[in-house]
Amino acid sequence: MSARDERPILEARGLTRRFGGLVAVNDFSFSVRAGAIHGLIGPNGAGKTTTFNVISGFYAPTAGQVFFRGLDVSGRKTSALAAMGLVRTFQGSTLFQEFSVLDNVRVGRHLGARAGFFSRLLGADRRSEEKADAQAQDTLAFFGLEDLADEPVSNLPHGHQRMLGLAVALAAEPEVLLLDEPFTGMNPEETGRMMTLVQRIRDRGVTVMLVEHDMRAVMNLCDVITVMNFGALLVEGPPEVVRNDPAVIEAYLGSATADGAGDAA
Amino acid sequence: MVFLFAALAVLPYLLSYSQQEIAVLLVINVLLVSSYRLLTLTGEWSLGHVVIMGVGAYASALLAKRLGVPVPLSMLLGAGMAAATAAILSFPLFRMKGFYFLIGSFAAGEIIRLIWKRFTDPFGGPKGLKRIDPFPDIDAGFLSIDFYEPVNYYFLALIVVSASLFVLYRIERSRIGLTFHAIHWQDRLAESVGVDTFRYRTLAFVIASFFAGIAGGLYAHYVGAVNPTRFSVDQMVYVLVWAVVGGTATFYGPILGVIVLTVVNEIVLRALGLDTARPLIYGAILILSVLYLPNGLESLGPRLRARWQRWRGGSAAARREAT
Ligand SMILES: Nc1ncnc2c1ncn2[C@@H]1O[C@H](COP(=O)(O)OP(=O)(O)OP(=O)(O)O)[C@@H](O)[C@H]1O
Ligand SMILES: [Mg+2]
Repeated sequence: MSARDERPILEARGLTRRFGGLVAVNDFSFSVRAGAIHGLIGPNGAGKTTTFNVISGFYAPTAGQVFFRGLDVSGRKTSALAAMGLVRTFQGSTLFQEFSVLDNVRVGRHLGARAGFFSRLLGADRRSEEKADAQAQDTLAFFGLEDLADEPVSNLPHGHQRMLGLAVALAAEPEVLLLDEPFTGMNPEETGRMMTLVQRIRDRGVTVMLVEHDMRAVMNLCDVITVMNFGALLVEGPPEVVRNDPAVIEAYLGSATADGAGDAA
Repeated sequence: MVFLFAALAVLPYLLSYSQQEIAVLLVINVLLVSSYRLLTLTGEWSLGHVVIMGVGAYASALLAKRLGVPVPLSMLLGAGMAAATAAILSFPLFRMKGFYFLIGSFAAGEIIRLIWKRFTDPFGGPKGLKRIDPFPDIDAGFLSIDFYEPVNYYFLALIVVSASLFVLYRIERSRIGLTFHAIHWQDRLAESVGVDTFRYRTLAFVIASFFAGIAGGLYAHYVGAVNPTRFSVDQMVYVLVWAVVGGTATFYGPILGVIVLTVVNEIVLRALGLDTARPLIYGAILILSVLYLPNGLESLGPRLRARWQRWRGGSAAARREAT
């Protein structure tokens, strides 16, 4: 393994986030190796989404730091982080429902299609816009959505919407992609396709951090898994270690997520 | 398109003198409400837009009166002043969203109006500014245009407003417009792919304010007087009614709204001697349109077309049945 692979691309140190009296994330530290698919799991309400919200700049940390490519980026704006290459997706379908499929991905190309105000006004941005459109089409093709380009999003079945959410994020050309439950509500066939896609995204050189309750997907995809419970680190390690860890089984059995517990055990 | 321009060109000659004056104000209001729509694309509705128009009007009037800046240039600088005011206001205002932004923009507008009222020098206090320099006459021997004539000012305003509408239209059709819409529908998703939503909201506010400022300049140098009451929240309510009744989903919706309501107001109400009841009638129209035409006048065309097709389809079926 080369030295580059050893250096974490994303790191949290003592990350804490409070909401009033509730400590959603509590002195939580982890580090993600470049090129990995890194799982982040834990029972409902463990603080996974909140962790993503803090890393991606939606919430400022109450305490602790986030390092991206070795830089302290704690509290930076979401858009600034996206420009640096850190992009997240959302739990549940978050899309521009009123737009066509293609326009969703075109917005995703925002960073790659820069032009000045007056060149937009005069239409001098045609070249860069045509290029952005072509790239958006490529991204759709990557997800097998190219035939749906002109459909309004609201006509898409749930599985396709989840896929489009990932397409919008990938269009921003991230270095690190934070995926919040990409497999929820997918049937087994869609889950299988999505797993292949996540692997292919990683093979393109994108580091993936994955929050997911589908244990089969998590165990198959991830190189490393971080388990959190009550906002804090529980266990970290490769899938085969995490799967058999008594503390993890206990955490899942102790919570109401019977499905997660069954798979983990 | 050709027909539209021909109609706009002959229109003033079909009107009486006082109707011509109304036509000038209507053209100015078209720009006011269209610029307002650009701001609403990002999802934020302001109550300060008419005050921002007033900033353009006051600035242009003062530049011409006090500093002797030639009038067309003063209008541009006045619009720049309106845009700059918006840029400064966006720092406090865009910390808020939705209802809070609405109230915040109202408060900001009232502060500006208070400044006009309080500082008699240079703003003229509650009485405002009078005898504002008119638009200079053009006198090139063979061609002489006196802009005191409403017909001539109508054409001047029409040219300026058409050019402004063209720019507003281009902005909406470009990626900038796409980004504004994206921020409206899902600002979190837009932000997550790198859209600086604060910057884009500010941009929409600044552009909208620039063109409101142009409308203000056109107004000030036509009417020749401005005062704080002219830019009060009552006037803002009219802009809101035009936008809501017309609908803001399309570019032409608010334009339709202001034209239809002005015609209703000036021709129908005036003829009936009801024009003092304007706020009441506007209120009634607003309620009726929200109840029966929630998507505005702009939705009327597609709806009528659908009904027509259904009727034709229905009658064709009936004929088939008969044979
Ligand atoms: N904006 C907020 N305000 C107040 N409390 C919040 C907020 N966001 C999250 N929380 C609370 O923080 C805790 C962690 O929530 P979070 O959404 O991060 O959990 P999660 O691990 O993503 O759960 P799930 O698996 O159900 O998605 C929960 O108790 C939640 O109610
Ligand atoms: Mg969650």
